[in-house]
Amino acid sequence: MTLSPDDVALFSLGPWTVTATLAYSWLVMTLLVVGSALVTRGLTAGGDLGRGQNVLEALVAFLLEQIRDITNQDPEPYLPFVGTLFLFIVTSNVLAIVPGFEPPTGSLTTAAALALCVFVAVPAFGIRKLGVRAYLGNYLRPSPFLLPFTIIGELSRTLALAVRLFGNIMSGSVIAVILLSVAPLLFPVVMQAFGLLIGVIQAYIFAILAIVYIASGTEAQERTARTRTEEAGT
Amino acid sequence: MSDLGLIGMASIIVAGLTIAIGSVGPALGQGRALAQALQAIAQQPDEANTITRTLFVGLAMVESTAIYCFVVTLILIFANPFWAAVQS
Repeated sequence: MTLSPDDVALFSLGPWTVTATLAYSWLVMTLLVVGSALVTRGLTAGGDLGRGQNVLEALVAFLLEQIRDITNQDPEPYLPFVGTLFLFIVTSNVLAIVPGFEPPTGSLTTAAALALCVFVAVPAFGIRKLGVRAYLGNYLRPSPFLLPFTIIGELSRTLALAVRLFGNIMSGSVIAVILLSVAPLLFPVVMQAFGLLIGVIQAYIFAILAIVYIASGTEAQERTARTRTEEAGT
Repeated sequence: MSDLGLIGMASIIVAGLTIAIGSVGPALGQGRALAQALQAIAQQPDEANTITRTLFVGLAMVESTAIYCFVVTLILIFANPFWAAVQS
């Protein structure tokens, strides 16, 4: 029983070993890029939409609506980042039912990489929104004494984000393997279907949490700027 | 009993206890949150979207503690530092 797709070496490329994590990440990326490219080549604005265009438009509209609801801002700047996270995770989780496919999100390295992207994106979006000074000043509010706790909070939520995705997906495949040895007839199928549901929900939660963190970084600054103008006004 | 056997026994017992006790609290918390959310949806069906989304985010937060316990269990069983120290 392998715990992580990191341990499965598929082939070696010169001095580097290509693990299952790496190869299947590439596979998911290729699927997404080629699929989107094929669909977007034949875009129409008419009433008769193709099947692919219909799916992608529904997906993008859904993501835009979710982001707008959470941030109360124009969702366009956040769509590429959060949408990519969601699509990558949901594709690799759903492909887990294909025999032989090891979901790359079930390895801690992939999950940690995705969480680190969020960790970097929060200050990046915050600084883009209101500048370096306002964003860093945000850490000193309401009191500079809370600075260590703010930093610990940022780090621990990144850790939780990574481990939540890894734990859920990995436990799904481990449970399937254990059930195969205990009750091989029907139960693994039921658990696989359940794992499919968990995979989609986890992708949704990851994207939602990413946008909640990004929104908290940008909203707090707006409040800072607002209170400053109020103080100047009084 | 040898050091290796003692470490193995302690790790497995503690790993089981960790995940068993560690999942009780989050389970109770998630159950409460879900019950409250269902009640809220029953009272205000129009707000179902917002409630569901907030519920998911909240459940993810509550779940973190259970996941920490899960990770500690995994470390105890598959990446026990004392085990490696004794074996070398």
